[in-house]
Amino acid sequence: MPRGTIVIDAERCKGCGLCIAACPQRVLAFSGSLNASGYDVARMENPEACVGCAFCALTCPDVAITVYREKKNA
Amino acid sequence: MALRQLLRGNEAIAEAAIRAGCMCYFAYPITPQAELLEHMARNMPRLGRTFIQAESEVAAISMVYGAASAGVRTMTSSSSPGISLKQEGISYLAGSNLPSVIVNVVRGGPGLGNIAPSQCDYFQATKGGGHGDYHMIVLGPSTVPEAAQLTTLAFDLADLYRTPVMILADGLLGQMLEPVELPEPIDPASLPRKEWAATGAAGRDPNIILSFDLGPDNLKRMNEALQAKYREIRKREIRYEESDVADADLVIAAYGSTARIAKSALQMARAEGLKVGLFRPITLWPFPYDALRAVADHVDTVLTVEMSAGQMWEDVRLAVAERAKTPFYGEMGGVVPTPRSILNEVRKDAR
Amino acid sequence: MPVDVARMTKVFERPKSLTEARYTYCPGCHHGVITRIIGQTIDELGIAERTVGIAPVGCSVFAYLWYRCDAVQVAHGRASAVATGIKRARPDLVVFSYQGDGDFASIGTAESLHAANRGENITVIFVNNQIYGMTGGEMAPTTLVHQKTTTTPDGRDPATCGYPIRFSEIIATLDAPVYVTRQALYDTRRIQDCTKAVKKAFQNQVDGKGYSLVEILSTCPTNWRMSPTQANEHVANVVTQVFPLGDLVDRG
Ligand SMILES: Cc1ncc(C[n+]2csc(CCOP(=O)(O)OP(=O)(O)O)c2C)c(N)n1
Ligand code: SF4
Ligand code: SF4
Repeated sequence: MPRGTIVIDAERCKGCGLCIAACPQRVLAFSGSLNASGYDVARMENPEACVGCAFCALTCPDVAITVYREKKNA
Repeated sequence: MALRQLLRGNEAIAEAAIRAGCMCYFAYPITPQAELLEHMARNMPRLGRTFIQAESEVAAISMVYGAASAGVRTMTSSSSPGISLKQEGISYLAGSNLPSVIVNVVRGGPGLGNIAPSQCDYFQATKGGGHGDYHMIVLGPSTVPEAAQLTTLAFDLADLYRTPVMILADGLLGQMLEPVELPEPIDPASLPRKEWAATGAAGRDPNIILSFDLGPDNLKRMNEALQAKYREIRKREIRYEESDVADADLVIAAYGSTARIAKSALQMARAEGLKVGLFRPITLWPFPYDALRAVADHVDTVLTVEMSAGQMWEDVRLAVAERAKTPFYGEMGGVVPTPRSILNEVRKDAR
Repeated sequence: MPVDVARMTKVFERPKSLTEARYTYCPGCHHGVITRIIGQTIDELGIAERTVGIAPVGCSVFAYLWYRCDAVQVAHGRASAVATGIKRARPDLVVFSYQGDGDFASIGTAESLHAANRGENITVIFVNNQIYGMTGGEMAPTTLVHQKTTTTPDGRDPATCGYPIRFSEIIATLDAPVYVTRQALYDTRRIQDCTKAVKKAFQNQVDGKGYSLVEILSTCPTNWRMSPTQANEHVANVVTQVFPLGDLVDRG
């Protein structure tokens, strides 16, 4: 399995939870901390499980997620 | 070489529009402006320009909104019931500062009315028939050659002020045959580029066409900008014609076809020794209040004649401001005043 | 163990054709996903400099703020007619309209149908969320039978309100359209399918093929009074029963 990671733009996140439901690896969860707009933002709870599939990012209505994957021969 | 042709008012407007570089024309059929639509149907495609018989007047004016957004000269035409349907689009055109030309060949109303000549849409045209604090320039030709001239002017004013301009004609003018000297066709490519238009954001920031802002302060600013534009137009673009007013005791105020009929009445009255003049607004918005007031200062009577129940009459009374008597003679429902019926009114009032 | 993103490959980022502006949409609303898909399509086709988007009236009234391309905000329902005007004036431009179900299939019925019937070479994105989002959740022409809205408080009664209109099917009866499809976004597979459909609808226009319509079953968690995840399930389990997914016309 390749390793991946994501960066969530916390100020864009509206805490809708769709990324949490979309993640096949169950990486994401609500953080419990609110952003400036008062939304409970999503965050990586099990970062080591992320495979960089980008399902969360495809799902995110607010385009808050950037996805990275380990370079193949790195 | 300028060409002299025998044309109906409707055809003269259509041909002048083509010569003014109108690239896109959209309309829905209605009498009495069908010849305009038909002239465009015959000629626009052969020039590589757009003619669409739209599914409705609402659609036609929305297509005009699109073509104007994309920066080309564009026009629609209709008659009274169809112009009612265009009010939404006209309001949006005004709010979004989009140059466009709308022709209303007015017929009898209200409702379906009839297809005979009328001037019963003056309020709708000059006071804002759609929603919002807007105006459009309204031009009232009284002869076929003038209809052609004012069509050229309409396109120029529309571009200059980024505003919809209406040509307010009537069924009489639309159908009337007269010799017309048409202007030389202009090359649309020679027109100044519209830097604000939605033409693709290549090498510049995006252009956004809109009439909308949720913030009251911003929308107020947009409205103030519109009003500033209207002040400019009022300052620069008022047009009217005076005939025999210098020594007149009575001046007839009339526009469009009615003014032309009134001119015959004027000659008959003069032949009887009555000192009668004619004041003919050419821009119905902006209305020539000051000029008419100046006339009212040295006459006893300003007689308004219209094919309506007295719509321009309100502007005449505003202008005259009790400096003179302001009687009214109107016909409705497609009944056209004759020189003699106007003369009868003149005789009554000149006494 | 922390990961060092500098040594990794970026596999997903905000499309370049999207501005930095934050959407005015409610949490979990699919309008945002659709906007992202369009931005990504504009990027992939390299057409940002010749694209003109049309912002309708509805929750997406601010659509002119989301893209780095020219845009025109238009009257409720008239987007397809305005698109016609732009495209006829400048056939070299790529013109897309973005319209809600109220906009496209109710007040804009005539404009929508006739632009399709003329085969205008435009791309129409039709967002079917079965409700009037912006005005507070009133019945849409697409509202499901028995669905409660603020104007059908006891549920849509077909006896007085008729049935949900399948507008794409109506358009599919016409001869001119080259591509008519219904897509959804309730899971990643559907999102990927929808992305392909949107790209095809734009590509058709770029290739001069003609009218393309992508209807997208969207959510309105706010007015459906559901969580965003419940709303997704509702689309998957209920809405697609009334509005089946798939291509209706493909003359590409
Ligand atoms: C002529 C006109 N009528 C009514 C409205 C009010 N209005 C604004 S948005 C809307 C409904 C939008 O619904 P839809 O197109 O389904 O888009 P959504 O908001 O659900 O995304 C209505 C009726 C308007 N702006 N203009
Ligand atoms: S999908 Fe986007 S907006 Fe929703 S919780 Fe995840 S990061 Fe936040
Ligand atoms: S009201 Fe509904 S359609 Fe509108 S933004 Fe909110 S969730 Fe989306």
